[in-house]
Amino acid sequence: MSKGLYSSKKGELDSNLDLTHLRPYGDTMNDGKVQLSFTLPVPDSEVAVEAAKQLAMKMGIVEPIITHHAPLDKDFSFFVVYGSLSYSVDYTQIHVDSVDVNMMTMEETDLFIQQNFGRKIKVIGASTGTDAHTVGIDAILNMKGYAGHYGLERYKMIEALNLGSQVTNEDFIRKAVEFDADVMLVSQTVTQKNVHIQNLTELVELLEAERLRKRFLLIIGGPRINHELAKELGCDAGFGPGKYADDVASFICQELAARKQQN
Amino acid sequence: MATLRLDWEKVAQAREAAKQIAEDTNAYTQQFTTTTIERSICRLLGIDGVDAVGVPLPNVVVDQLMSRQMLGHGAAYWLGQAAISLSKEPQELAEAIARGELDLTQIDPVDPFEIQLWTEKKADEALSIIHRNRLIREEKVRQFGDHSGPLLYVIVATGNIYEDIVQAKAAAKQGADVIAVIRTTGQSLLDYVPFGATTEGFGGTMATQKNFQLMREALDEVGEELGRYIRLCNYCSGLCMPEIAVMGALERLDVMLNDALYGILFRDINMQRTLIDQSFSRLINAAAGIIINTGEDNYLTTSDAYEEAHTVLASQFINEQFALQAGLPEEQIGLGHAFEMNPELKNAFLYEFAQAQMARQIFPNAPLKYMPPTKFKTGDIFKGYVQDALFNIISVISHQRIHLLGMLTEAIHTPFMADRALAIDNARYIATSMADLGNDIEFREGGIMEQRANEVLDLALDLLENIRKDGLFRTLEEGRFAGVKRPFEGGKGLSGVVFKEDQYLNPFIPLLLEEARIGSERYHLSKLQSDQGEKYE
Repeated sequence: MSKGLYSSKKGELDSNLDLTHLRPYGDTMNDGKVQLSFTLPVPDSEVAVEAAKQLAMKMGIVEPIITHHAPLDKDFSFFVVYGSLSYSVDYTQIHVDSVDVNMMTMEETDLFIQQNFGRKIKVIGASTGTDAHTVGIDAILNMKGYAGHYGLERYKMIEALNLGSQVTNEDFIRKAVEFDADVMLVSQTVTQKNVHIQNLTELVELLEAERLRKRFLLIIGGPRINHELAKELGCDAGFGPGKYADDVASFICQELAARKQQN
Repeated sequence: MATLRLDWEKVAQAREAAKQIAEDTNAYTQQFTTTTIERSICRLLGIDGVDAVGVPLPNVVVDQLMSRQMLGHGAAYWLGQAAISLSKEPQELAEAIARGELDLTQIDPVDPFEIQLWTEKKADEALSIIHRNRLIREEKVRQFGDHSGPLLYVIVATGNIYEDIVQAKAAAKQGADVIAVIRTTGQSLLDYVPFGATTEGFGGTMATQKNFQLMREALDEVGEELGRYIRLCNYCSGLCMPEIAVMGALERLDVMLNDALYGILFRDINMQRTLIDQSFSRLINAAAGIIINTGEDNYLTTSDAYEEAHTVLASQFINEQFALQAGLPEEQIGLGHAFEMNPELKNAFLYEFAQAQMARQIFPNAPLKYMPPTKFKTGDIFKGYVQDALFNIISVISHQRIHLLGMLTEAIHTPFMADRALAIDNARYIATSMADLGNDIEFREGGIMEQRANEVLDLALDLLENIRKDGLFRTLEEGRFAGVKRPFEGGKGLSGVVFKEDQYLNPFIPLLLEEARIGSERYHLSKLQSDQGEKYE
């Protein structure tokens, strides 16, 4: 390994954590160490290595080290870069719009619904548009769930209907009305060329055009979804990677209860 | 090769049950043809192109016959009659129909024997193209040699065929043996095959004959440069199964996903429609020397890979019998399975290994398609790379043949060029480092792995016996595969199923069967002659 990795001038670093100037951590406070990899569409050569280095510097990486470079094809080369990031962020000023609920277990959720509604909550879900992947909607809805988190079908106080994949927005809305759903869940797995944004925008517009938007709690999920995006698109909540059925169930029952109180 | 002591009596019983299941299903489906089968016959008879509003001409011809309720005679019958009567080629007839100048059902009748002769002559012409392609592949493989051990299979999925070509060529240079061009989301539900080169799509681009041709040329070119034969894979599935099979045969594809059960369960295609389509498409693939891949691996993306392992094995038995009965020889039946157990499960590696080894031993001549972990990929690329390494180890030591490479960025994006290169590096390292490990180990008698394999076999046999009793259709209706229920008359495409009349004419069936048989004989002969032939025992 090149000695560069160990010459981070540790002595000069202020070793106090300053949250107003938060920087990445390698092995010493404020060393700013980061790693990245990328491909350049030029032949692997000394010029390419220098180009990679300059790009890293433009990203704010001080003293970048190209630890690995290799050709991927005649006109493509791959780089792994380590270095110290010169930028910092003010952690104390960050505001994140995230789904803010008390996490409850399946049993707690069932009890909560029993006590607050006295009936089952109806949830309809689909992977909509051209998206043929059901892995997301299945992870949330199927009895079995995902990674040890049971799906909504297993909840005693939730009646879940999984429409599967490639459901058009029109059909989804029609089925939601027929089912008399409380909640519409949309999974979007394929996100190439931002097709998910286009599709979700259309869904919200259709709901609004039919004056149905307020009738349902509209929740979206997928690898490229987060709560902020969901809000921007006019949905009620968004769940991204690492969120499971219990996150969704906790949000659903608490949000519906809050809305019920307002009315 | 190390072997697990399996209960071979049960294997034989399972195979017998599957044979019966396939025969019973075929007895029903063989009474019918479909719109796409007839369109595939139009294509084989040389009809190609689109009309003024972009409708493919095979659709124009078949739609006319459907609207006259005359498709039950077969498109070949009507085209033959019109061709003789009007002294025109099928393509000219199709163009005339597109212009609204011809009704195939309003032609003066011609002696059926003459129609028969005309169609046989035309069918011979089509077969000669398929035969020529097959010989070109065989010659290239002979010239360059074919390596034993797993064939490294990667996907390209940019959505633009020209960008796909850039990626595919790079992948071939990095060491990929098979390039699969991912189809755009949703093509399986189109009841026509789009025309021409395509530069858009989501998660892939359209399977069109032009795209097949462009990629074939590119891979041949890079293959010449590298001194290797690079195989091309696409998807012969959905509502146009046999048409895509024809396109693949004409453009020399080498591997085709081809599985009705997959379409039924995961694309909600009507079970009757797609099982009828599958039979003819498998026959075309058989004649063209194309390896089919089946989609059992997908069951495990929705169901638990440990608990539902037996459904994969049961489906492999059924798919094997459907393939054999359609005319495919064993060496072209790429049964699918996958490494999809929860990484948190204790001894998951042993169970995965046991199942892969079991599949290898039960289907010794099949070029098994082994799929990498996807379901438990999280976006943690570092862990993902290790998951793929474990999968690669099993693939190498249990002698899988079509080895789909996992991507460390699975669950993030369709593969970047660098992702593919890293995946190939990973697989090659393991293939080199563990080249003969599989031949140098033994499985402990009655150990965890042997117990696991026999347990899966027991459950698969039970399931197959039940399916034999109830029939495949009812089994699918009751959701016994992948937990998905599909009604007999539900799903897409049932309206394209047509009862075959007594006069029904499909001149291709005997010719394709013969081509497949002779091709398989050549394969076995060259395998005998070549020391490079991989021996599975």
